Amino acid sequence: MATRSADIDKVFKALADPGRRYLLDLLHRKNGQTLSELCAHMDMTRQAVTQHLQQLEDANLVAVVWQGREKLHYLNPVPLHQIHARWIGKFERSRLDALHDLKKRLEGDDDEKA
Amino acid sequence: MKKPDFVYVTYIATTPEKAWQALVDPKMMRQYWLGAMADSPAHENISDWKPGSRWEHRRVDTGAVDMVGKVVEHTPPRRLAFTWARPNDFDDVSKHSRVSFEIEPQASGLVRLTVTHDGLEGDPKMLAGISGGWPQVLSHLKTFLETGRALPRG
Repeated sequence: MATRSADIDKVFKALADPGRRYLLDLLHRKNGQTLSELCAHMDMTRQAVTQHLQQLEDANLVAVVWQGREKLHYLNPVPLHQIHARWIGKFERSRLDALHDLKKRLEGDDDEKA
Repeated sequence: MKKPDFVYVTYIATTPEKAWQALVDPKMMRQYWLGAMADSPAHENISDWKPGSRWEHRRVDTGAVDMVGKVVEHTPPRRLAFTWARPNDFDDVSKHSRVSFEIEPQASGLVRLTVTHDGLEGDPKMLAGISGGWPQVLSHLKTFLETGRALPRG
């Protein structure tokens, strides 16, 4: 459990920066880009982009594949699905349950009127 | 290797052998091969997994075959690769894309599971469907192997 919680910390920390979120957007637009391709869209030094990409890779939000001498970066949304299941799905479920209760109550009212 | 269209990675607290079994055993597959929505049907992949053999991606509830392909590589517990096509395109290999699973043992009792999909560039509809599908399946697989349960759904 300790490792998993640390993994999730890394994901949230990696997402807590507009530059890193923008890098994920760039990879969503075009997957499998090199550092040079990504740098062309970033208003920062190559070294800073490298560091941001490393942090995204450590958080497993970016997966890297070597194609010959080129290092290609891929968006890896698997950790986001884990967060979705752990946090967002839970809140959606209670909302859906509330809607379900409301529907039952309203339909029950209809039955009484009928 | 062609340039992949997608590369998905997940780290799972399990053994390579258990991760491998989850990839080839339909009884395990139906526990995690699920979409995000509560009403999306579970699937299982049926094959003898010998290179050259056919495999089928079947809905558990109706038995409908949604995807087919040929097994390319079967190297337990490290690498599984197969082609991927719509059932009507089984005989037209030009319409097959390629999926590979790689299992790498890591330090501290983890395995790194990498799924690579290439050959989708001529099929935007499949590309869109797959880009949403794999992360969910892998997320469910991780939870299933680590907790013995599928993710809570919808």
